[in-house]
Amino acid sequence: MHIHFLDPFREGDSPVHSLDPRVKFILVVSFIFTTSLTPTGAWPVYLLLLSLVLSVEVGSGLGIGYVLKRALLALPFVLAAVPLVLTLPGDPLFTFTLGSLTVTITQPGVERFLSIAFKSWISVQAAILLASTTSFPDLLTAMRAVKIPSLLVSIFGLMWRYLFVLADEALRLLRARQARSGQTDRPGLKPGGSLSWRGRVAGGMAGSLFLRAFERSDRIYMAMVARGYDGEVRSTPLPALQPGSKLLLSASLLLFLVLLAAAILFWS
Amino acid sequence: MHHSIEVYNLSYKYPDGHQALSDVSLKIEPCEKVALVGPNGAGKSTLILHLIGILTGQGEVHAGGLPVVKENLSKVRARVGLVFQSPDDQLFSPTVYDDVAFGPLYQCLPPDEVRQRVDEALTTVGMSGYGQRVSHHLSVGEKKRIAIATVLSMQPEVLVLDEPTSGLDPRARRSLINLLHDLPLTMLVSTHDMHLVRELLPRMVIMDQGRIVADGSTEQLMEDEALLRSHGLEKP
Repeated sequence: MHIHFLDPFREGDSPVHSLDPRVKFILVVSFIFTTSLTPTGAWPVYLLLLSLVLSVEVGSGLGIGYVLKRALLALPFVLAAVPLVLTLPGDPLFTFTLGSLTVTITQPGVERFLSIAFKSWISVQAAILLASTTSFPDLLTAMRAVKIPSLLVSIFGLMWRYLFVLADEALRLLRARQARSGQTDRPGLKPGGSLSWRGRVAGGMAGSLFLRAFERSDRIYMAMVARGYDGEVRSTPLPALQPGSKLLLSASLLLFLVLLAAAILFWS
Repeated sequence: MHHSIEVYNLSYKYPDGHQALSDVSLKIEPCEKVALVGPNGAGKSTLILHLIGILTGQGEVHAGGLPVVKENLSKVRARVGLVFQSPDDQLFSPTVYDDVAFGPLYQCLPPDEVRQRVDEALTTVGMSGYGQRVSHHLSVGEKKRIAIATVLSMQPEVLVLDEPTSGLDPRARRSLINLLHDLPLTMLVSTHDMHLVRELLPRMVIMDQGRIVADGSTEQLMEDEALLRSHGLEKP
């Protein structure tokens, strides 16, 4: 009885799948940095970055549609950049009045907003690509290899492991509530209870879920201590990078640098 | 008089493609006490979840005299009391009282009646006076009793229990068996505890790999050791 939780990882045997996870991780992170550091309005560079990520999507066998659909998730977060349209000084595109308020939409504001939206869309695609072609344990290994603090990596790992357990637990709680949500045969009584009562019940459920997660964490910790855990996470040393991977890594990093330098030279 | 539970040719496939039930049919008369046994993963819990429409497969299910279809779900859930395996799932409210009152409150019964039903249910399971306790801090045996009280307060016609004796010490187990023995309700008990089956449940249904492989009197089936062994069970 398990919740069918969405693991973003999709099995495959494409070159992207079989690439060393460390290389993939570094490349994706540096790709995202390159994208976000590219100055506003450098559209040709954006298009190059987009075509880069699209071609990897095709090469990975995931298909462009799969990644694009998931990338829509990032849209709501772009809304945070909307105020820029109104607040950045510059040539007004058009002005309208809202009650006693005069609102001016400026051209640099719109350009900045579109750039941010486009850049975040490209970056999210890269992240999705990484998560879909690399299994989570591999991803953790990669994070450890690039010297992300091991405590942080362990937290990611435990979170991933117990997210499913927690989701299962929530599902069982919901089922138990459902099982007792009945209606009498007595006429005139509508089931459901008042809104505030239902709210209190839901609050109680959330509370007990929290308490249990808390207790579980204690038990997990004890189980770890029982097996010798002393706050230090040790892992088996990783094999050295293949020469091919090294070459790919340096070539791609160089490409990113050139793209970034060009963008900064010509557009800022 | 209708049957308490009727299941006709029920099949169910989990979303991941695993066939959990295939062509299951079962009838239980009012006040019959039936054991549902079989190895882990045989489909016992899946079958139970179908009885109150939490899962719906292909086939026909009637419980408490009503077809288990969308329009009847809330009535069915008032007539069939399901006690989950882990009492922690069942007890989600801050206090014992709140939990036992959940069913009646959901049905919008008048406050006096709710209080009376909670008192009755707690007395039946021998836990009166525990109303204001926090269920989180009770022992497993106590939680199990409270979990049963939470469905008794709905005054169901059928009691369905999933693994009632798991995790109980001998004394708690014994008093639970006595409690179940004295309840005048139709009962379907999914369990691995063959002693419990022999003592409490005159009829036994064996499930394996999503099918009912045997259905008959406990006394007779218990003698067929080859049958029990081939489905991962042991004669007590």
